[in-house]
Amino acid sequence: MSNKKVFKLTVNGEEQEFLAEPRELLIHTLRERLGKTGPHIGCETSHCGACTVTLNGKSVKSCTVFVAQADGAEITTIEGLGNPDNLHVLQESFKEHHGLQCGFCTPGMITRASKLLEENPNPTEQEVRFGMAGNICRCTGYQNIVKSILAAAAEMNAAKEAAE
Amino acid sequence: MSVAKPLPHDSARGHVTGAARYVDDIPVPVGCLHLAFGLSEIAHGRVTEMDLSAVKSAPGVRLVLSPDNLIPMPDCSPSIHDEPLLGGPEVKYLGQPLFIVAATSHLAARRAARLAKVSYEKAPAILTIDDALAANSRFEDGPRIWARGDAEAAIASAPNMLEGQLEIGGQEHFYLEGQAAMALPQEGDDMLVHSSTQHPTEIQHKVAHALEVPMHAVRVETRRMGGGFGGKESQGNALAIACAMAARATGQPCKMRYDRDDDMMITGKRHDFRLGYRVGFDDDGRVQGIEFLHWARCGWAQDLSLPVADRAMLHADNAYWLPHVRIESHRMKTHTQSATAFRGFGGPQGMIGVERVMDHIAHHLGADPVEVRQRNYYSSEGSTTPYGQTVEDFELDGITEALLASSEYAARKQAVADWNAKNPVLKKGIGFSPVKFGISFTLTHLNQAGALVHVYQDGSIHMNHGGTEMGQGLFQKVSQVAASVFGVDPSVVKITATDTAKVPNTSATAASSGADLNGMAVKIACETLRTRIAEHLSEIHQADPATVQFADGQVRVGDRTISFSDAAKSAYEARISLSATGFYKTPKLAWDRIKGEGRPFFYFAYGAAVTEVVIDTLTGENRILRTDILHDAGNSLNPALDIGQVEGAYVQGAGWLTTEELVWDNDGRLRTHAPSTYKIPACSDRPDLFNVDLWNRENREETIYRSKAVGEPPFMLGISAFMALSDAVSACGDTYPDLQAPATAEQVLAAIGRAQR
Repeated sequence: MSNKKVFKLTVNGEEQEFLAEPRELLIHTLRERLGKTGPHIGCETSHCGACTVTLNGKSVKSCTVFVAQADGAEITTIEGLGNPDNLHVLQESFKEHHGLQCGFCTPGMITRASKLLEENPNPTEQEVRFGMAGNICRCTGYQNIVKSILAAAAEMNAAKEAAE
Repeated sequence: MSVAKPLPHDSARGHVTGAARYVDDIPVPVGCLHLAFGLSEIAHGRVTEMDLSAVKSAPGVRLVLSPDNLIPMPDCSPSIHDEPLLGGPEVKYLGQPLFIVAATSHLAARRAARLAKVSYEKAPAILTIDDALAANSRFEDGPRIWARGDAEAAIASAPNMLEGQLEIGGQEHFYLEGQAAMALPQEGDDMLVHSSTQHPTEIQHKVAHALEVPMHAVRVETRRMGGGFGGKESQGNALAIACAMAARATGQPCKMRYDRDDDMMITGKRHDFRLGYRVGFDDDGRVQGIEFLHWARCGWAQDLSLPVADRAMLHADNAYWLPHVRIESHRMKTHTQSATAFRGFGGPQGMIGVERVMDHIAHHLGADPVEVRQRNYYSSEGSTTPYGQTVEDFELDGITEALLASSEYAARKQAVADWNAKNPVLKKGIGFSPVKFGISFTLTHLNQAGALVHVYQDGSIHMNHGGTEMGQGLFQKVSQVAASVFGVDPSVVKITATDTAKVPNTSATAASSGADLNGMAVKIACETLRTRIAEHLSEIHQADPATVQFADGQVRVGDRTISFSDAAKSAYEARISLSATGFYKTPKLAWDRIKGEGRPFFYFAYGAAVTEVVIDTLTGENRILRTDILHDAGNSLNPALDIGQVEGAYVQGAGWLTTEELVWDNDGRLRTHAPSTYKIPACSDRPDLFNVDLWNRENREETIYRSKAVGEPPFMLGISAFMALSDAVSACGDTYPDLQAPATAEQVLAAIGRAQR
């Protein structure tokens, strides 16, 4: 295929260089090319948020980003936040506060929440609810998701205070 | 005892890190092909010509299967063999698969599928209930009718009579993980299938049938689904069969996942219903006679529509004694997606009918809707359902009283009235609804389950059963059961993927029965092994086997204590079998669905909700302000998981009745085939205040640790949101507003107009 180009991405701190069609979708790049299957494909139209990743410091739905748009970008997926042996505070909080059921939306949900708490480290419940409104969960009714995020925020703030 | 502990979901660590694998996350072998369906563009008619040459020559395409080279055509139906894998020449709905493309990537297959040139001869399509009634297009010869007493005479002689009609929209499952399957050819004719399904045995059966091999040649494995809600009870058959056929034809692994738009265009949804009622009642609102008419829009194939429509009839009473009752149910056949199982399985549609009647009666009498409901509750004076089952476990008197107190219903009702007196634009409403939901498959033979448990010589435990995990926490609950029997920590118990080669002939994980059936089967298998180990140890140590105790990871025999792993090792060395199966079947069931008589349910699960809403009378916009729920999960196996089920079910149920609207155009094309146009509740739509509690009473029947099923029953608590909206609209005028479902802003606005008439 002659229209392929070389692209560079930094995914979870690792540099990646590969040949791809410019219109390849970032979610396919991540899942099929780079083996990052944590971000999921839910709706393919940027409404459900299961594919949420952080791109140059912003939450994006990677199902509607062309790889060409992401060229040279720093990307963080759920795999970059923590792993099963070393959970991020938010990951631990979602686990302990039952902020998940089927788990399919969870990686996108946590990736978005991590950004939300960077943007607003001390959100009210209302701010969490509206800040997370772009990520659909069909199982939980959101109660425990909100609880998980608020608990993680409190813990992160307490850790920050202790460090200061 | 690990039972009853609020432990996290067994896969939580995998879920939060993205390490938990769904079908689409399983690394594919080299040479794996990806499938896509080409879909029909008309709702009814004939394919006159299908030119697939451009599809076949598209980049990456390796195989195209059409009715010309699939002979005989495999069948996907879970019921009466009326669902050919591919349509044509006759087309039965818009979105029906007509051919299969297998290509080197998902995108290549989808791009190629668009290149087909298909010509049709259109025929008139039956799309609506009215169309189907006019054409007498239906499943079964005529309506199913169940009756007790003389409803007509009782209505005629009652002091008051009301009648009405309610349209109830369908619902898209929107499991976050779309349908997916992968077939891997094995030695000889064998096929291994990974499927996102609630019913691996059905997949095995249908794939074996399609491949013309015995069931033993097909193994189906399901580790987890990204949500099911009934949508993966039969709707995964087509993908698994397509993958298996393509894998057979090419000798290569084949995988298929529906793009979301395809998923919504192809698969069945909740049945939409039209419901008519006529009720006679006394001046206190007590029902004396009632008639219900159900019209269910079933779509093009029978699928599970008959038991769904039956369950709607079985819940026409909900929590109320109906002395004279007649229920007539029509199952209409239309040229639309084949409606299928969805959480509640017809129960919600049946139940909202009688809840609407209670609301209408209260409005007519100017009485409190809760009091009208309480007067009609089952009691010692009337405790028999229309189908003849005695309600022995009625929990709603206590639940209602406790919930009215905890939600401060009376005070808030007054506050709503005060608010409405002062505010001309924003009107508030408060609604209450109870749930009584029958637990058991109404097809009695499905109420069985099997388990396979191994204890290894190091004391670790491998547990398998026929249930599937779709997020409900079944595996966690059942592992807590196993850990409790052996007195070990749940981490000792390995939870393994559902596998048709380990436990055969399983039922779908459906009807809320997963933990009831599989928990019991696992318990029985574990007890068999525990007894063997106890007998072995008591023989060595000269003790009575009945006194051997398993607790805290240890086994006490007489005055000796050894670790569970040492006990396992000792049993192994003594040549004791450390593998056992368990089998359970639900007792006490007897049901004749033609007569509508018997005991279809082992027991009932209960719950009640109070919801408060606000509406904007200028736009119809509405919000849920507060919800209070008290739900009966018996002796909960895991209260955290059960509360999660209740919260999620309520939001899904409220979504069904408020924002989730399916729209077909006049050509039969589903116009709401993506979340951009089909509005699923988001985090910001959740009630501002959401108080959920469990009613902790043991099940009077001998279920697993006296718990109760919890998957479906709380879905119907969402009806309280609909009742609250009806209450808010009623504040706009004196006429009964006749709110229709889903109560979108449009519908709320229309109802305000009616109320003001």
